[in-house]
Amino acid sequence: MIGTFLHGSQHMPQPKRKTMLRKGAGGRAAHDVGGLEFGSIDREEHDPALWEKRTDAMLRLLVGPSKRAFTVDGMRRVIEDYGQQQYDRTAYYEKWIRAVRNLIVEQGVVSREEIEARMAEVREKFEKAGRKASKEKIPW
Amino acid sequence: MTTHDHEHGHDDHDHHDHDHPHAPRKDHDAGPAGAYEVLEEAVRSLLIEKGVLTAQEIAASVDLMDSRSPALGAKVVARAWTDPVFKKLLLKDTRAALMQVGIDIGAAPEFSTVENTADVHNVIVCTLCSCYPKMLLGIPPAWYKSLAYRSRTITDPRGVLVEFGVTVPRDVEVRVHDSTADLRYIVLPMRPKGTRGWSEDRLAAIVTRDCMIGTALPQVPA
Repeated sequence: MIGTFLHGSQHMPQPKRKTMLRKGAGGRAAHDVGGLEFGSIDREEHDPALWEKRTDAMLRLLVGPSKRAFTVDGMRRVIEDYGQQQYDRTAYYEKWIRAVRNLIVEQGVVSREEIEARMAEVREKFEKAGRKASKEKIPW
Repeated sequence: MTTHDHEHGHDDHDHHDHDHPHAPRKDHDAGPAGAYEVLEEAVRSLLIEKGVLTAQEIAASVDLMDSRSPALGAKVVARAWTDPVFKKLLLKDTRAALMQVGIDIGAAPEFSTVENTADVHNVIVCTLCSCYPKMLLGIPPAWYKSLAYRSRTITDPRGVLVEFGVTVPRDVEVRVHDSTADLRYIVLPMRPKGTRGWSEDRLAAIVTRDCMIGTALPQVPA
């Protein structure tokens, strides 16, 4: 299976860029925020949650020399295409895990349906263990 | 790490002194699961099932990042303060210098060390995303990744530094380094006065994470 994954990208159509511009920012892409105004800096700190650490870990493994599943540039392409609204309201590791999801679907490792079905199973597992789980849809 | 105290909103260690049968809460992830936490578990379990990653690899990678913290960077700074040959190498070839003290940044992008002097104060930012010398300092603080810090640091660095409690004198140049996916920076702060004869360990103890981002200066306790 891993072989299919590593070579999958060669057979996939070139993804189309759909970079959306930031409103009132002179033709800049959504992520290009240097010099713009976003108010004061919130210096509140918190330790990353386990799911955030695992997202960080998976990303480093997937782009690392032994997997080379995709590149950091590939991940940036997905994140930078979110468009301003999504970009500004999606937190750091939320952007990451969402990008990993899209890239592994793009590479043909899993299908959208498999991801959605697995998410439903995970929710059910959490609920059974007495933990509420959000049903919020994460845009593709 | 910061000077202000705060409650961890999600760090909900309330004491169950009543006799509910459920198990005690173990970690940060015991509150309601957000959609992205659900997605993370779905993606992870599918990648493991498909043989792309193993649970062991992921756990080891989490452990690796947990082992990277500002204390590691502080050791490097203290070494540079006490060993001029090491400092020279650190400024010239950060990867090689880190290797010399047993820190392997592996496949991580290149690091460059920028030195604070009597004439120059350096501060790092990543305007396009949030590139950070993670393999040396660990996961960055939330503010480093915030739109507010990313946007304003390049146009009003002195103002941002004042917010962090650092007033850079007018005659000192402020250099802002915009990190990229391929090159990350770390600030080598100036060794403060009043530290002559200090051991490396004692020096390292005054080097905070923010000193190596450039948003703080090492303080000698009174």
